[in-house]
Amino acid sequence: MVDPMVPWCIALMVTLSLAAVYRGVRGPRTEDRLVAVNLICTDTVLIVILLAYLRRSFMFLDVALVYALCSFLATVAVLKGLRRGRLS
Amino acid sequence: MLAWIASALLLAGCFFLTVGAIGLLRLPDVYTRMHATAKCDTLGAALVILAMMLKAPSPAVVAKLAMCLGFFWLINPATAHLIAETALARGVPLTAGTTVMDHYGAQAEGEGAGEAD
Repeated sequence: MVDPMVPWCIALMVTLSLAAVYRGVRGPRTEDRLVAVNLICTDTVLIVILLAYLRRSFMFLDVALVYALCSFLATVAVLKGLRRGRLS
Repeated sequence: MLAWIASALLLAGCFFLTVGAIGLLRLPDVYTRMHATAKCDTLGAALVILAMMLKAPSPAVVAKLAMCLGFFWLINPATAHLIAETALARGVPLTAGTTVMDHYGAQAEGEGAGEAD
């Protein structure tokens, strides 16, 4: 039996992602935007995990793992570009 | 019984994620926002993943969720540290009433003074 709270948790995480989008659009510095992007990535990974539970297709968990690693790589790349002025 | 524990963990995780997002919206500068989201997101994600581990049907799914949890615990603090260090090195201004401490607890002067390398 599926927990009836899980769809509401997904809705809450979508709302929190929209709040983070507000901060990412408005944030005065690039670092603010990066913090907002990190929060969105965390929420997205959790949404994928909850969807895997909801749909009973647990191969979505691989998607969640790869998404988490890719978000980390993207953040590190943007930070390196910020510090050095270039990515090489 | 296990379902009730899982629901409680899910609710607690949602609470901490909400607190982190409120902190991101309302706190005044980069460092405080990074602090709020790093701590609350890590704890909230850990609680939600623990709840899903209690609901998982097979040990393989539990192992995969544990890998996800380990990645979060490695990635989130590392990212927060990198963002704060870069902000300090680029001279992002601090909000009024906060200072930068060096490794020995003394107040550092100037921009980028608390940086390690």
